[in-house]
Amino acid sequence: MSGWTLRELEEWDERIREKVAEFGLDCYPQEFEICDHNAMFGYMAYHGMPAHYPHWSYGKAYEQIKTLYEHGVTGLPYELVINSNPCLAYLMRENSLLLQILTIAHVYGHNDFFKNNFLFRTATCASETISAFKTRADRVRRYIEDPSIGLEAVERILDAAHALAFNRNRNPSIRKLDPEAQKRRLLEQAEPRPDPFAEIHKRPKRVEPELNRVPLEPDPDLLLFIRDHNRELTDWQKDLLTIVDEEARYFLPQIETKIMNEGWASFWHHRILTSLELPQELHLEFLVRHNQVVSPLRGGINPYHLGFMIWRDIERRFGGEGSKEARAKLMAVRESERDQSFLRRFLTRELMEELDLFTWKPRGEHLVVAEISDEEGWENVKAALIKQVGAGSIPVIVVVDADYRGTRTLYLRHEHDGRDLDIAAAEKTLAHVRTLWGHKVHLETKLKGRPALLTASADGFDAKLLV
Amino acid sequence: MTTVFRPYEESEALRSDRSAADRQRHREKLRRALKENIADIIAEESIIGRDRDRIIKVPIRGIKEYRFVFGDNEGGVGTGDGSTRPGQIIGKAGQRGEGGIGPAGSEPGVDYYETEITLDELVEIMFDDLELPDLERKILRQLPSERTAKRQGYKKQGIRVHLDRRRTVRAKIRRRIAAGVPAPREDEEETEGFGFRKEDLVFRRLVEEPREESNAVVICIMDTSGSMDRLKKYLARSFFFLLYQFVRCKYENTDIVFIAHHTEAKEVSEHEFFHKGESGGTLISSGYKKALEIIENRYHPDLWNIYAFHCSDGDNFESDNPAALEAARKLCAVCNLFGYGEIKPLGSHYYDGSMLDLFKRLDADNFHAVLIERREDVWPAFRQLIAKEREVAA
Repeated sequence: MSGWTLRELEEWDERIREKVAEFGLDCYPQEFEICDHNAMFGYMAYHGMPAHYPHWSYGKAYEQIKTLYEHGVTGLPYELVINSNPCLAYLMRENSLLLQILTIAHVYGHNDFFKNNFLFRTATCASETISAFKTRADRVRRYIEDPSIGLEAVERILDAAHALAFNRNRNPSIRKLDPEAQKRRLLEQAEPRPDPFAEIHKRPKRVEPELNRVPLEPDPDLLLFIRDHNRELTDWQKDLLTIVDEEARYFLPQIETKIMNEGWASFWHHRILTSLELPQELHLEFLVRHNQVVSPLRGGINPYHLGFMIWRDIERRFGGEGSKEARAKLMAVRESERDQSFLRRFLTRELMEELDLFTWKPRGEHLVVAEISDEEGWENVKAALIKQVGAGSIPVIVVVDADYRGTRTLYLRHEHDGRDLDIAAAEKTLAHVRTLWGHKVHLETKLKGRPALLTASADGFDAKLLV
Repeated sequence: MTTVFRPYEESEALRSDRSAADRQRHREKLRRALKENIADIIAEESIIGRDRDRIIKVPIRGIKEYRFVFGDNEGGVGTGDGSTRPGQIIGKAGQRGEGGIGPAGSEPGVDYYETEITLDELVEIMFDDLELPDLERKILRQLPSERTAKRQGYKKQGIRVHLDRRRTVRAKIRRRIAAGVPAPREDEEETEGFGFRKEDLVFRRLVEEPREESNAVVICIMDTSGSMDRLKKYLARSFFFLLYQFVRCKYENTDIVFIAHHTEAKEVSEHEFFHKGESGGTLISSGYKKALEIIENRYHPDLWNIYAFHCSDGDNFESDNPAALEAARKLCAVCNLFGYGEIKPLGSHYYDGSMLDLFKRLDADNFHAVLIERREDVWPAFRQLIAKEREVAA
């Protein structure tokens, strides 16, 4: 141990919890597990889950974490916390007392966020997290052990499913209409709008909606769509797709709130530790560590830093530190926003200037600063930032047609927003789609401003520009 | 709200290596990927150029997990230090700026990964790929001066350093159980009369055996005449590298000899061999004669397995051909394997002179000639050569 005892941790935890209650954070019951760095590699590789299905990619993640750590490229994170009820977090025994205190306070911040943010509340069920992961692990293991299936066959499906996991609906709180309701809606939309001047207007032409097309509306849930529409898949294959999709659903809120969530936890660990009246030497270490956590990443975005600055700014602008109004505002915002809306509503021009946010673009062989957060530039910089955070980092791909030209070809469309796909990655991923679909797959996208069609078929990959 | 602290448990940590199976599987996949791309990897200059004595690590592209991701046509957003100005250069395209510019919150999916493998592991994979049987070996030369002690059984008498503690204690316990005396608990004194006795002692029996060694020498002969340009030399070097690694993993003791020739031959160091440019015409026979001379002086064919390999662009003086053929015949007689690699960058063998036709007349089944036109040919050519070795050995 690094100069602390479990008893000490419990005492500090008691004091921290008093503060947590005083500041009005609302947490799940908390569990801390002390582990060594080897166990930490393991937990990190499996996203912190005590039970998780096996797949070689987690072995790779482990090696990667371990290599980076042993070469001193990265330190280990001080904490690893998972969204579950009770909330589970790991403390590394090699860490100093101050780091443990800081981590404990930080974890309560995440805990409160998990419990209260609407995305987590609607997309995940915290009390069942651990058992759900365990059940899924058991199912996958059963398929691997089944002699008629086996590891290779399971891997083939999991490899492909992992590739598409996050190409799913990003708004779990918005329910999808069933096909009947979709049909009704299409028919309604086809009706001409009531027009008070119909007498003098030309009658709009009625466009018959295509009611036999599958899907009726573009469907962003690739895995689930394939599961439900590829009749050649066996039950265990469908189950694997479900499993991977469920995990993606669980992790999506964390992607969607990275800046808010890390900023929130950093904001509260800072507030709690400054109010604890730490002894001098702990206080100095605290300042050093805290500054490491929230230091800006030159040329990039450190979510801890950006989030921390915005939360502080909100508190300042809505009543100041310790005021009731500010607290109420903070709590309301953490409940109802995600990174994109959070930035849109609360990242001000002044703060952007202070942080010196800028956009860069590739020009020739260099990356060049395009715009900075000044009078003309700040809105563009802000828009670019919003575009890339949260699920904005994942291209939107939708299923348009499951039987393109009557050939069982799956027709996908990339909802292009100015950012081209990485073609090398798209080629490999499309091959995964084909593995799952079993037939030819098209993907419509744009390359350098021109519409293009990528195709994965039995003959391999093909990319061609349309027109 | 309640909080629970679960203390660290060492036994738990030691027992649960949960990722072991997945790591194992990842390694297997890596090896498979390596095998599939071995020809590419072997031809990478970074590997061939390595100092062979050091164990080095070779970065290998890891197994990527692909997803739909954005390319970098649109750029991104970054944090500055307060002095950022439009037009300022912040990094090189394709490198993603300082500190890794990338979209925030995109952990799943970002995959910059390289794994490492030692040169030895790589060589092992290479030869796995070849599925080699054990080779015929020349009479093993015994080196009586180097003895090794090998453990073989146990005995009741011996010197103190050979005492086998575990077996001794076991013998004591056995004797105690036979006598019906209960074992003392940890905090108790040893029961009277139950210390170690002479009959409990067990010693390791060691036998000495002289070490047998198998020796091999690789003779690399290269044409360093003016017509051998950088690319040709590089291809030759790749080939010698493979040959050396191959022989090294088969024999305990491997020597390597470098002979450079143009119109005359001399033995050179490895560095000179690969780096020194010569000029002038080519007399291939000079290289072979030098090799025969070295074999005669230092490597008696009864005691040494001899592998000779010659790389040239085949541009020999016409008048030297009979002499070269004669010398090659002699080499075949003393070598396990004699190979000739003709290095002709793509297409050039149509108009340049070639030794391949000439060597067709060489009637020896341990001779093999290959044509290397580009990098990718190195590995297949080597495989052919080794297949030949296998036939000879069989």
